[in-house]
Amino acid sequence: MSEQTELSRGGSAGARWNNVLRFLVREAGVAVGLVLIVLFFCVTAPYFASAENFLKIFVQIAINTVLASGMTFVILTGGIDLSVGSVLALCTVVGALIMTDKSLPAGLSVPLAILGCMGTGAACGAINGWVCEQWKLPSFIVTLGMLNVASGAARVLSNNSTITGLPQPFVDFGNMIVGGVLPSIFLVAVGVILIGWFILRFTVFGRFIFAIGTNEEAVRLSGHTPRNYKIAAFAISGLTAGTAAVVYLLRLNIGSPIAGVGYELNAIAAVIIGGTSLSGGKGSIIGSLIGACILQVLSTGLQLFGVGDNFKPIVIGTVIVLAVVLDTYRDRFLRSIETR
Amino acid sequence: MNDVILKLKAVGKRFPGVIALRDVSLEVRRGEAHVLLGENGAGKSTLINLLAGIYVPDEGEIVFDGEPYQPRTPLDAYGVGIRVVHQELSMLSQLTVAENLLFESLPRRHGLVNFWEMNRRAAELLQEVGLDVAPNIPVSRLGVAQMQLVEIAKALCYDSKLLILDEPTATLTSKEVERLFEILKKLKSKGVTILYISHRLQEIYDIGDAVTVLRDGQVVETRPLAGLAIADIVRMMVGRSIRDEDAFRDDVAVEGELLRVEGLKRNARTPAVSFAVRRGEIVGVAGLVGSGRTETMRALFGADPKIAGSVFVEGARVEIRSPRDAVQHGLSLLTEDRKGQGLLLTLPCAENITITDITKISRAGLLQPDVEREKASALVTELRIKTPSVYQLVGNFSGGNQQKVVIAKWLFRGSKILICDEPTRGIDVGAKREIYDLLWALAASGKGVIFVSSDLLELISMCHRIIVFSQGKIVGELPRPEFNQQRILSLAYEEYGLERAN
Repeated sequence: MSEQTELSRGGSAGARWNNVLRFLVREAGVAVGLVLIVLFFCVTAPYFASAENFLKIFVQIAINTVLASGMTFVILTGGIDLSVGSVLALCTVVGALIMTDKSLPAGLSVPLAILGCMGTGAACGAINGWVCEQWKLPSFIVTLGMLNVASGAARVLSNNSTITGLPQPFVDFGNMIVGGVLPSIFLVAVGVILIGWFILRFTVFGRFIFAIGTNEEAVRLSGHTPRNYKIAAFAISGLTAGTAAVVYLLRLNIGSPIAGVGYELNAIAAVIIGGTSLSGGKGSIIGSLIGACILQVLSTGLQLFGVGDNFKPIVIGTVIVLAVVLDTYRDRFLRSIETR
Repeated sequence: MNDVILKLKAVGKRFPGVIALRDVSLEVRRGEAHVLLGENGAGKSTLINLLAGIYVPDEGEIVFDGEPYQPRTPLDAYGVGIRVVHQELSMLSQLTVAENLLFESLPRRHGLVNFWEMNRRAAELLQEVGLDVAPNIPVSRLGVAQMQLVEIAKALCYDSKLLILDEPTATLTSKEVERLFEILKKLKSKGVTILYISHRLQEIYDIGDAVTVLRDGQVVETRPLAGLAIADIVRMMVGRSIRDEDAFRDDVAVEGELLRVEGLKRNARTPAVSFAVRRGEIVGVAGLVGSGRTETMRALFGADPKIAGSVFVEGARVEIRSPRDAVQHGLSLLTEDRKGQGLLLTLPCAENITITDITKISRAGLLQPDVEREKASALVTELRIKTPSVYQLVGNFSGGNQQKVVIAKWLFRGSKILICDEPTRGIDVGAKREIYDLLWALAASGKGVIFVSSDLLELISMCHRIIVFSQGKIVGELPRPEFNQQRILSLAYEEYGLERAN
């Protein structure tokens, strides 16, 4: 160990290269992967490198990015949230109902709807967390239940129909493209990511999320109550599902009980590709953003490549598993150069 | 004259930082019941695991039934006729009794399990051990004693030559023990050799022919049991080991009660315990594993539930329902399982230290990395934790350094009372000494230390007083002038039938 530090301080060419390599592999592994995939498509696929195409990708990753950021909190504590897709559906219904309610004053309906979306999402998430902790149940089961409950609630509230006729200013904001390349909804997603990153990186709360995922019992025996933090993590995942519902309304301008089917799996895939460990304690929200980008870039690139919709899932599924396999090799590699 | 079925020649086994067995030579005669005795950590379990093919010895050789015996897996052990009934039962609890009994060779017909044949053979085996349960019920519906008998029945169905039982009676009632001994005697009469491990010194006379005492990983002596008094056995277990350089400091002032525990009861079945700790005092807690010492400390700390008892800190009654309450009242627990319960192995040293009092390194919910580095570094220096930086992951630290990190985290919190459960387990000699000095420095600064340990010499060299637990009860409290290994050990065994035998 000390020899290693000695070497790197000595600054021989080999040692410096070793350090650069370690940094690339550890900190930027997934990002390098994304850059390689983008470069590959830029060179090989027609139209991929156009501004128009990137704009489309930015629009398409917004929802998954928002969902994945909340999902990161839950997975970091060692849990999983399968309910975000149908909670999103429920929230779009709640938001659309409020926006289209003619009894509300014009200026108030949109802010109220946004609050309604986020509040509903956070409430669903908090219920998930509370049930898990109260009866010590696996989150897989509890959120699977919530997946169905929220989906049913969305159908009941909407009378199983699509709600249209959202206020024009709201629709206009959703179509806005800042500076010609940055869609408004992408900026919302970036905002969510930045907030999430800040919380995990710089706050006491974030510190506890990592600590609980690493060793919950040690945190408890250090005089804390992991339960509250875990419930909060689920509430955050619900909150981001509500936020993703707002993004959905901005993008598609409808509230729908069948929105978001399968979104939870895309969000989980993004988090896992981003290097967050399913057993908790290790990962980052920036990784989840990159994971979401990789999924979308692959999907778009394959389409431009002429790979049919039927083949695409085969490639994407393979990439998800490959990413995790590479992750284990990354750990092994890091350990080998650290002990060398 | 019986011939020798099992012979160990100069067998040794090392683990990182500890020598578990050293130059162990042992002979077990065919058809005898051989009892293996020793304190916690004397090497009994390691020895069994070597025979069971779970560990591989580093040196020496084993001869079983006239052949050199070098098992690599438990299957090798079964192959030559050695069966082990481990203390922790390993049953497939959702499967039936019959499936468990015959799992390794299920009777088959046309590639399918022949359930009729399986249940028939299982019923025979159950009858042999006198266990009256249906072979087709799931094992999870059996009591612990019944499971124990199933394990023994399992050992029977493979024509075992050597049956090893690790504390089989720990969970049994006296009636069940009688039944077990009947079966063992029957097996013995059929020529099966038995290697028997127990804490209950009195009962070994009912079954044993010879006894081997282990101490510090070495064989003290093998003797026939006949004519051997319990007092002799205890003397062999204690022996006259060379005492470490005495760590005791008489310059530390002991004054004023810091902690008092009155009538603490973990559950309806356990007796109430009471004890106290003063400022500057190191109170030793002795007892066998499972005697309630760890369990009592965890209940005191709020880590496990308790049903009764009052706790006073500096004379004031405090309510402790969770570790959070305990920490707020100045208690701290250095758990016996350092890695599993004390540390965040994949996180940096600094984060491990500051986790106990995060308000000291944050403002308005935001972390202050500079303050954290500074405070953690100060403790790293003070405790001489060997690390190039406070950002090293504690998972890479040695056992001694990890233990220092655990101490550091409680110092960071400013705890007044340190409950240390086996603080030097798995730590090498040099680092042990540092931990001792550290605990004394803490005592000198007016803190109180509860020192739970299986190592009697360590307790004797460190403590002002020693409290002895036996079967969940506090059976004695010795002041320093009365410290005596044999006395402590006799107390520790007291509730396990020693009195009766004398």
